[in-house]
Amino acid sequence: MKYVIIGNSIAAAACIEGIRSVDGEGDITVVSAENYQVYGRPLISYYLLGRVKLENMNYRPADFYGKNNVSVLYGRRATKIDAPSKTVFLDDGKKLKYDKLLVATGSRPFVPPMEGLDKVESKFSFMTMDDMLALEGALSPEKSVLVIGAGLIGLKCVEGILQRVKSVSVVDMADRILPSILDAEGAAIVQRGLEERGVKFYLSDSAARFEGNRAYLKSGKEIDFDILVVAVGVRPNTDLVKDAGGEVNRGIVVDKGMRTSLADVYAAGDCAEGFDSSIGANRILALLPNAYFQGSIAGVNMAGGIASHTDAIPMNAIGFFDTHVLTAGVYEGEVIADIHGNVYKKLFVKDGYLVGFILINDFLRAGIYTSLIRQKTPLSEVDFALLEHEPRLLAFPKEVRKQKLAHRV
Amino acid sequence: MKRIYVNEEWCLGCHLCEYECMYANSGLDAMFKLKGRTNEFIPRIKVEGDDGSQIHFAVNCRHCTNAICVKSCIAGALSKDEYGVVRINKDKCVGCYTCVLVCPFGAIMPAPDGKAAQKCALCTDNIMGEPNCVKNCPNNAIVFEERD
Repeated sequence: MKYVIIGNSIAAAACIEGIRSVDGEGDITVVSAENYQVYGRPLISYYLLGRVKLENMNYRPADFYGKNNVSVLYGRRATKIDAPSKTVFLDDGKKLKYDKLLVATGSRPFVPPMEGLDKVESKFSFMTMDDMLALEGALSPEKSVLVIGAGLIGLKCVEGILQRVKSVSVVDMADRILPSILDAEGAAIVQRGLEERGVKFYLSDSAARFEGNRAYLKSGKEIDFDILVVAVGVRPNTDLVKDAGGEVNRGIVVDKGMRTSLADVYAAGDCAEGFDSSIGANRILALLPNAYFQGSIAGVNMAGGIASHTDAIPMNAIGFFDTHVLTAGVYEGEVIADIHGNVYKKLFVKDGYLVGFILINDFLRAGIYTSLIRQKTPLSEVDFALLEHEPRLLAFPKEVRKQKLAHRV
Repeated sequence: MKRIYVNEEWCLGCHLCEYECMYANSGLDAMFKLKGRTNEFIPRIKVEGDDGSQIHFAVNCRHCTNAICVKSCIAGALSKDEYGVVRINKDKCVGCYTCVLVCPFGAIMPAPDGKAAQKCALCTDNIMGEPNCVKNCPNNAIVFEERD
């Protein structure tokens, strides 16, 4: 059996582990555009923050590919998939035949058209190790940084660089920061924490044009900067599958077994549009854990096993200095709120189920909540009055607790 | 593999396991030296049930066969060793707490410095040899054994 994996990030690593859980023999070839062993991309901001060293950023031990008998083609990109002949074409003219193919091509930064942007000399994206190392090379204590985008990527970048530069300003079109995971009130708490550390926010605004190292905002304000980071958003890399005739919406459409509409072609990670059980429909869940879940399921199925992804939900754990934000699910239904000082806790209950939560600075044992959402546990089966206050196993019936704590799980 | 299992019928909620855990992972050479310093350590086992409650039990890492924390870790800091013990590599952990977000038992928590997560490794990561909580539980309310 010949397996080819396009991409070398988390979904690819998970696919390798998934394949090897079923098939110890088949040939696995990975096409890696980046010249690095698999690393967790979110770690790039933690490296800048000094939280992790470069040599510890590998997602798996150094012998990962060797032990799993995987050959990696570094610095190579796939240019085309020919599904009928089961062939992947590479940018060096070589071809790879496959029996089973995983497309784990991730996403790329989206850069909206902004007048004068092409003339800005010191500008960076913030997605990959190379992006980060390039940015790091430009950092110095006398420089001012302008970050376009107050989403997860932009603000983690801010955290990473804040103490290494003179000042950081952030511009976003949205009226609040982290709009993909927070409501207005919660966002205000995180924003306040960052402002106290000196970050300047320009919200409901956008960079209309650049002249040299000056940004002219739509509001009329002007910001001078030495370094520009563009972190507006990402676009999934779907072209290979689309051009091969596979079904693509925003992402590559996959079923619960990570199969695309092309025979023997699978997709996983940020490029894939899989089933999200929190909304009961397919959508991209560009989250690292989800890339692992999907990649692993793809790998098992590619190798002839049976696996299915039925319990995916949005979920995020992210911190900015000492403020921690843990979120999951959807923010619909009845709200149970506990808000005091810097603590912000909201549980969302709908039709007798916990469907979502936002926890800021009060997140201990949050996984007990998350599992109620993922498992779709009817709240009638637990003592929810106990859970409202804090997550605990005491709220489960004795027999359920016995299954959890007195048996192997 | 031997794991820690709970007999909640026998747990009085004395919290001794929490202190024994703190001590085991403190590096101190005598337990009494925790006196006045318990705020510097966080136990990796948690007793549920308030004082006066009829139900008490201790919860720590279940070392799940299919550990969702390992699959979810953004840094590859969590792994299963050859025996099945779920371990955390402090040099790799960045303290994002995705593991706290996904652990269905609430058995992973921030380390005292707030910069990484911590969890029970069955006292294989200290000098105790066997789980110190189990060794010192006066009522066999937690046991260390093979079960299906």
